[in-house]
Amino acid sequence: MSNRSTAANHAPAARVRIEQVDLSYGDNHVLKSINLEIRPGEFFAFLGPSGCGKTTLLRLIAGFNHADSGRVLVGEKDISGLPPWKRDIGMVFQSYALWPHMTVARNVAFGLEEKRVPRAEIGPRVAAALDLVGLTGLDQRRPAQLSGGQQQRVALARTIAVEPKLLLLDEPLSNLDAKLRVQVRRELRELQQRLGLTTIFVTHDQEEANTVCDRIAVMNHGVIQQVGTPKDLYEQPANLFVANFLGTANIIEGRLAGDGASRAFEVAGGPKIPIAADRNVAPGARMVFRPQDCTILAAGEFSAPDRTAAAGTVTYREFLGASVRYGVRTGSAEIAVDCPFHAGDTLHEVGTAVTIAIATSAVRFLSD
Amino acid sequence: MGGPHVSLALAAPRARARRTATPGQITLALGIAAFLALFLVWPAATVIYVAFTERGGGAFTLVNFVDFFRTDLFLRSFWNSFYVSAMAVAGASILALPLAYITSRFAFRGTVLIQTLGFLPLIMPPFVGAVAMQLFFGRNGSANLLLDDWFGFKIAFMEGLNGVIFVQSIHYFPFILINLSAALRNIDGAMEEAAQNLGSSGFRLFRRIVFPLAMPGYIAGASLVFVKVFDDLATPLLLNVKDMLAPQAYLRVTSIGIADPMGYVISVVLIVASVAAMALSALATRGIDYSTVQRGGGGLARRRLRPYESALAYLTVALILLLVLAPHVGLLLLSFSTVWSFSPLPDGYTTAHYARIFGDSSLYIKNTLIYASMAGLIDVVLGTAIAYLVLRTRLIGRDALDWAASAALAVPGIVLGIGYLRAFYGVKLWDGTPLAALWIVIVLALAIRRLPYALRACYAALQQISVSLEEAAENLGATKLRTVRRIVTPLMMGGILAGFVTSFATAAVELSATLMLVQSNSDAPLAYGLYVLMQSAAGRGPGAALGVIAVVLVAVCTILSHAVIERGRAMPPAGH
Ligand SMILES: Nc1ncnc2c1ncn2[C@@H]1O[C@H](COP(=O)(O)OP(=O)(O)OP(=O)(O)O)[C@@H](O)[C@H]1O
Ligand SMILES: [Mg+2]
Repeated sequence: MSNRSTAANHAPAARVRIEQVDLSYGDNHVLKSINLEIRPGEFFAFLGPSGCGKTTLLRLIAGFNHADSGRVLVGEKDISGLPPWKRDIGMVFQSYALWPHMTVARNVAFGLEEKRVPRAEIGPRVAAALDLVGLTGLDQRRPAQLSGGQQQRVALARTIAVEPKLLLLDEPLSNLDAKLRVQVRRELRELQQRLGLTTIFVTHDQEEANTVCDRIAVMNHGVIQQVGTPKDLYEQPANLFVANFLGTANIIEGRLAGDGASRAFEVAGGPKIPIAADRNVAPGARMVFRPQDCTILAAGEFSAPDRTAAAGTVTYREFLGASVRYGVRTGSAEIAVDCPFHAGDTLHEVGTAVTIAIATSAVRFLSD
Repeated sequence: MGGPHVSLALAAPRARARRTATPGQITLALGIAAFLALFLVWPAATVIYVAFTERGGGAFTLVNFVDFFRTDLFLRSFWNSFYVSAMAVAGASILALPLAYITSRFAFRGTVLIQTLGFLPLIMPPFVGAVAMQLFFGRNGSANLLLDDWFGFKIAFMEGLNGVIFVQSIHYFPFILINLSAALRNIDGAMEEAAQNLGSSGFRLFRRIVFPLAMPGYIAGASLVFVKVFDDLATPLLLNVKDMLAPQAYLRVTSIGIADPMGYVISVVLIVASVAAMALSALATRGIDYSTVQRGGGGLARRRLRPYESALAYLTVALILLLVLAPHVGLLLLSFSTVWSFSPLPDGYTTAHYARIFGDSSLYIKNTLIYASMAGLIDVVLGTAIAYLVLRTRLIGRDALDWAASAALAVPGIVLGIGYLRAFYGVKLWDGTPLAALWIVIVLALAIRRLPYALRACYAALQQISVSLEEAAENLGATKLRTVRRIVTPLMMGGILAGFVTSFATAAVELSATLMLVQSNSDAPLAYGLYVLMQSAAGRGPGAALGVIAVVLVAVCTILSHAVIERGRAMPPAGH
């Protein structure tokens, strides 16, 4: 074995494949036909609302839950039958799970001792791991004598000290205050890049997922809704849930009218969005676009050809600083519109008649 | 959409049975089950079986029970046992309630003292206390001599059943004190504050919030007292009260013989009464046992006492402690007295009893230390294992283990003793000695008797360990066994030691089961030696000396283990 005395010296990053995994707790079908591929060295997120099964899936990979069917491959090896201690997968627990009866150094050394690393190597590797998370000098403290952020780093150091093939993080930032969260997530990203370690990050906070992860799997009710980069998911949500969960979206009901070149999506008493002939729109689909893909014109002002205009009335106004969000009622729909704000701009008053112009190409038609 | 594309052929789903337990866990569970079956279920079942079968033959019959209910003596004994137990609960409550209330509601200086002294009665066999109490409160004891002198009347503190009630109340009140204090301590201060915030205060607040929240603790303690008093054998015997159930069972078996069915019938009645009392208390607390312990949240706010309240509180506490410690004081005096009768205090003092007892008693002391520590060890090992299996595995039948281990509470010592005699007498060793005659059987009986207490301590300790601490260890490569060794056991150590202390201290003073099982004087533990000495007037001086030694011994062991526990708890701040 080559010199592995620094934690940065990792085995090549592993690919993870989850194939057709199903899992139930009694009658509660928690994971439904999960298929996923996580690329080597990728920082990957499971994102979804509370109770959607993120932790369950993560614990399945770590070996603490057992699938009713399907399998999990790390590298090319099926690990479904292995107990947790033979998987070589590092996990940082949401509660950190630091052992209160051991010092920081003993906590970090634990995994190395269990892996029968020669005694002489343990000390330097513990020091290297603590150094990596910026905790040098705290090795003789007890977990109870550390701040929340420090505990989090110890938990991380303890996990990376054993140089796992794969790193699992279950809401690692949720116990930190807002400011520290931003700092630690940057550090996490940096560390992950440095180690080149395949990492799965569980969170219900889209901002967290968007800022640190290469790709995200959005989950709901135990089903993977969509997998993609943060930009993909935002621009091209696959369904209404994803559109709604990531950022703000106008989701508007209407009906399909006409056919061929004159096909359009009609909102009763409101805008009528033309649909390109080659576009497939499922029956019952709704129209979806972001607030910033719409502008407000003074009543009667002319709109550009790539936009669809409609008359409406301002129903609310929220001043956000960089932008102003208006609510505009047009026909049966109330549409949120974000207008950039520049010093000196005058604002539209609630109750005034306006024209909205929706960027036609930004509109998507999605179903559940 | 950038989702992965996985062919179904690759992912052929195969059904995998959810793992329930490792082979190691199954072996462990089977081992424990075998132990409990052999040393608890079988003896108890033997007793029940004999009670329901014809003598000599094997046919089922209720005749024995009909006999029981037709015999005046037995009916009277039954009623007396019931009466004494109920009254002892009342007496113990009167002693425990003020102490628990004062120490948990007020900023009271003597709290630690009360908690320490409150434990003292438990480490002295109640029958030893009975002897001392007769000297103080008997017909010609100190109290009545003085009363007679000053006012010309006497009070029958110690006559007949009164004596048993009096002694048992004083001996067992710590059970209520401990449970009730714990319940009061565990009430989240925010509960009380919320009520105050909504306009409740004073006695109404106590009645509507504090009392209901503390009720489960009180009931747990009270039912324990009831059962212990109902089962106790030596105290009534020593006070010469024979018409109670446990003494009747003992007298039947020892005087008429092991084949006489009446002893077994009484045993069954004892079991039924214990089970009924515990079931009733479980029923009464069902649905009202709100665990209000909240992490970090301190207990109830303690109010400062006004001067006159303070004086009243100290007076109450002093009176109760005086009464509670009377047996110890009496024993101490007796152990140093030349003659003590018909006088408030001994006539003269001597150390001769100690001199006499020192030679003889070293054997008793050695036996007791061996028996009690072995029993304590067996209990914490079993307790830890059962707690782990029940709380941490999905092993089928794990609840049965828990149930069986706890069922030992419902088997009175005398019944277990009779059961061991009957079940193991036929089992001969290679050299022909019956198994029941071996001293190890005494250890087993003590271990079984104390197992429920140690088990509770182990449960409590394990429940406080977050499962993720274990999962983190497994995640880092530790097997289940290694995880238990390196994470679970060290974190449980405080609870395990506490369980050991409880088992050890109470096993050291137990007599009910051992009275049946001691076959030769050389195998006798302290409590047995005490009992033999205390039966004769001449033996009482030396008996008292032995009693003092016993109390000191158990107290020292208890304090030592507490010190160890405390040291383990206080994590030394290391580094900078
Ligand atoms: N041990 C268990 N037994 C039964 N049901 C469970 C168990 N653990 C989780 N569940 C259920 O499985 C579902 C998914 O739970 P999971 O913990 O995976 O959610 P999550 O996505 O991590 O949510 P959160 O963001 O709140 O942590 C929930 O409905 C939960 O109630
Ligand atoms: Mg979760």
